[in-house]
Amino acid sequence: MKKRMGVIALLALMMIFILPMFAWAAEEGIDTGDTAWMLVSSAIVMLMVPGLALFYGGMVRQKNVLNTMMMSFICLGVITIQWMLWGYTLSFGSDIGKLIGGMDFFALNGVGLEPAGTIPHQLFMVFQMMFAILTPALITGAIVERMRFPAYLLFLVLWATLVYDPICHWVWGGGWLAELGALDFAGGTVVHISSGVSALVAALVLGRRRGYGTERMVPHNIPYVVIGAAILWFGWFGFNGGSALASDGLAASVFVNTQIAAGAAVMSWVIVEWLRHGKPTVLGAASGAIAGLVAITPACGFVTPMGSLAIGLVAGALCYFAVSYAKVKLGYDDSLDVFGIHGVGGMWGALATGLFSVEAGAEGLFYGNVAQVGIQAISVVATIALAAIATFVILKVVGAITKLRADDEAEVLGLDVNEHSEKAYSV
Amino acid sequence: MVKIEAIVRPGVLEDIKDGLSKFGIHGLTVSQVMGCGLQKGRKEVYRGTEYSINLLPKVKIEIVLAAKDADGVIEVIIKAARTGEIGDGKIFITKIDNAVRIRTGEKGDAAL
Repeated sequence: MKKRMGVIALLALMMIFILPMFAWAAEEGIDTGDTAWMLVSSAIVMLMVPGLALFYGGMVRQKNVLNTMMMSFICLGVITIQWMLWGYTLSFGSDIGKLIGGMDFFALNGVGLEPAGTIPHQLFMVFQMMFAILTPALITGAIVERMRFPAYLLFLVLWATLVYDPICHWVWGGGWLAELGALDFAGGTVVHISSGVSALVAALVLGRRRGYGTERMVPHNIPYVVIGAAILWFGWFGFNGGSALASDGLAASVFVNTQIAAGAAVMSWVIVEWLRHGKPTVLGAASGAIAGLVAITPACGFVTPMGSLAIGLVAGALCYFAVSYAKVKLGYDDSLDVFGIHGVGGMWGALATGLFSVEAGAEGLFYGNVAQVGIQAISVVATIALAAIATFVILKVVGAITKLRADDEAEVLGLDVNEHSEKAYSV
Repeated sequence: MVKIEAIVRPGVLEDIKDGLSKFGIHGLTVSQVMGCGLQKGRKEVYRGTEYSINLLPKVKIEIVLAAKDADGVIEVIIKAARTGEIGDGKIFITKIDNAVRIRTGEKGDAAL
């Protein structure tokens, strides 16, 4: 028996040394370690979408939980097709005037297994696809409990095409913001500011929910919110860590920074809330985590652990005030605080990258380079401008084609029954 | 024949049931209800927005029994449900015209 184990161990050892040699022979320029990490990253970023569905679903009232979850989940269908047909090529096709990608990768033509960096081109495409799916799903938190589903689907396709794809090209596809030297490691502008600002505009165009401000509108299932936040946090390691596009030291440092900022923001949100209201809330802890994760997203590849700690601590407190104070004062119904967390957290993160960056040649303000904050500010303003204007126009166009809002009766009865003929919980 | 409706704190239900059982009353209907009275509400906080909750959870116990037992049952309920603080609840007593046991068709006290 012992002898057989020895033989097996020897065989296993031989495999370890021999197998990689075959792998090398198979694809020149492709790194198997990088490829493995990016495959895993892509899969765990996909999991963020149902994570978001839980995070948002728990925060709405019982009668709208299915509609809310569906608005996230359906992105896995709609945007997968949009991205493979024309979204990827608009974002990463050959550059046209630094503004948009060309049509050369239409329907994934020419997107094969050749190396893109050190991973297969198709893998890069699918990793980016997960970002494109998650980003519009983030917006839905602002429009839940009142938007008609057909109108939402139309909005979704147009927004992905006219807002996400161009901004993605500007920052990551070789567009003008990349050329300007704006730093956005994993999507502070592309993902969070774009979705956060669009969410605010959408909330304003749609108007408040019936009874907002007078009726009690509170989360129907906070355990869902906690599970959702946990899945999002887990997914963020793929989201940020995968943005290194390699299984290397940079990915490890990104992982560490991501964790530190999230933890710090949990603590600052909870402590500020505890001081103001007398109790530390679970919803606050979950919200703080997301605020920290949002804020570190653009910075995670460029800052130190201490920088991450500062970014996270500020993000938690800042986003808490954005949702509990600014929103109430201004009176808009950004139902699940997409602007307060993704918009405000994203802007803080993008600017903070210009403060704390230690990237050679693009150091932040605290390391003697004043210009970087200015560049970051330009990228923030440009993203806000395109997202706000385009979202407004898209909603007006969609509104001219089909009604945006569910009628009053549907809103009272709930969108689950009205839009989907289903109920989440049987009596 | 009378009906006793007692609205009490959720935590005292088991004690009341034990007391009634010792008293010889085994039939009762219990429902979870929300209500408000003199007791102050509490607050809930969601993302920094405070909501004051003045409807509080209570338990409603309904017992129909012969009029002569009413005082004894009321005593049992008070003994189990009284803490002396605001929010202990209330007991309402109403006259009942008749009762029917569906299984046998018996009427009046025999149906209880």
